Amino acid sequence: MRLLLHRVIFVIFLIILWQGIFALNIWPDFLLPSPLSVGKTLIEGFKDGTFIIALGASFRRILLGYTITIIFGSLLGILIASNKIIDGIVGPFILALQSVPSVVWLPLALLWFPLGEAAIIFVVVLGGTWNMVINTITGIKNVQPVLIKAARTMGANKIQLFWKVILPDSVPHLITGMRLSWAFSWRALMAGELIGTGTGLGQILMWGRDMGNMSMVIAIMLLIGIIGCLTDNLIFKKLEEEVFARWGLNTQ
Amino acid sequence: MKIVVAKNVYKSFPQKSGHNLVVLKDINLTINKGEFVTLIGPSGCGKSTMLNIIAGLILPDKGRVLVNGKKVTSPGKDRVMVFQEGALFPWLTVLDNVMFGLKTNNIDNQTAYKRALEQLKAVHLHKFKDAYPHQLSGGMKQRVAIARALVMNPQILLMDEPFGALDEQTRLILHRELLEIWLKTRKTIVFVTHNIREAVKLSDRVIVFGIHPGRILKEFKISIPHPRPRGNQHLIKIENQILKILQQEVEKHMKIMGGKFGK
Repeated sequence: MRLLLHRVIFVIFLIILWQGIFALNIWPDFLLPSPLSVGKTLIEGFKDGTFIIALGASFRRILLGYTITIIFGSLLGILIASNKIIDGIVGPFILALQSVPSVVWLPLALLWFPLGEAAIIFVVVLGGTWNMVINTITGIKNVQPVLIKAARTMGANKIQLFWKVILPDSVPHLITGMRLSWAFSWRALMAGELIGTGTGLGQILMWGRDMGNMSMVIAIMLLIGIIGCLTDNLIFKKLEEEVFARWGLNTQ
Repeated sequence: MKIVVAKNVYKSFPQKSGHNLVVLKDINLTINKGEFVTLIGPSGCGKSTMLNIIAGLILPDKGRVLVNGKKVTSPGKDRVMVFQEGALFPWLTVLDNVMFGLKTNNIDNQTAYKRALEQLKAVHLHKFKDAYPHQLSGGMKQRVAIARALVMNPQILLMDEPFGALDEQTRLILHRELLEIWLKTRKTIVFVTHNIREAVKLSDRVIVFGIHPGRILKEFKISIPHPRPRGNQHLIKIENQILKILQQEVEKHMKIMGGKFGK
């Protein structure tokens, strides 16, 4: 509770500092808008529905892209982890792919998928998938051998070993993978929307830039940050903590 | 009546250096039905490997193990194993852990539930049936592991240093409980430990393993009835004999190693 209070005080301090710099009049309004004007833009954006439409468009994309990411990423991870030859050949490339920011695929994606929508979702999927793959592989490879032995002496067959031991023992890694993939997908979506077409948050931000409306740009930036923070803290962190506690692992 | 027969079992593991480490050499042993047999020896003598071979988790390079006259080629639910770390599934409750083996063998839920609960009562843990493993102490975890093995109603209980990680008091309590279960059910128990007192206190027969290569040095039959009193002269004599054999074996091995390093 005390920590929360301190955080609120910190945010108020930041806003006062911002207002103070604004009041010094070093930069013109269109370079540095005041907190008040950003606040107004936020309220108006929600009132006239622009932001709601933008949020809707962005969420539709990320939910679709993220669902594909999780399914495709975990299946690919399972395939790679269960076959040493595939792992040896493909493993290093997955790491290489992960280090490529997915937005660099966008120019190609726009050619492949003439509809901008599909191109952005493609970038979102590429943004999160590799992380999901890597965490799935780590999870499956780190299953405790003694658990497999125990299940085998109790008569578990290969299919049962997979569904009842290997998969559940990997769940903490899978959850971490899901959390990181969400963060990567969200970043990829925003990057994709800045370049691509449509009515998402990123596109409204670019539109604000084109209009020279920096209040709009900063308002959207705040929204992107708040949404990223809320989903991570309210959904993924809680889920991770719960799973780690149940599995008897340290939550850190 | 013989239940386990090992004939000329030989097992080696490849090392990083390219050499093969011979872990078991020409192991011949016979275990009778209802017998409590302990395999004892220094670390690396292959006693756990032998247990894994009987379980069917590891296959020998040469020789074979017969259980009830049939060659062991894979794990079977007539031989269930209890591990040192308990090896409980952390995502399952105590009850679900105990029901695991029954469910994998397609026993219906109701029967599985009834049998698991009964078994948990036998190890005095039915009140903890909904707890998760990480909420239990080391001794409680081992009790669950024993219940999980016994609920399968195996002919043979294989125990790989099951009390090795417990404190002395807890170990003594679990000794008593295991003996109670054994005297009641008369299951065949093959027990692995490096604790001499534990071996002599619990078993009908102690098989002493030597190291490099792992082989059988000597067998001791102990026919004193349970409960065996602490400080019994005969037991102490056997303990000392085993200690002497193992000390000689470890010293001999250290001399060989010392010689290698000396050059």
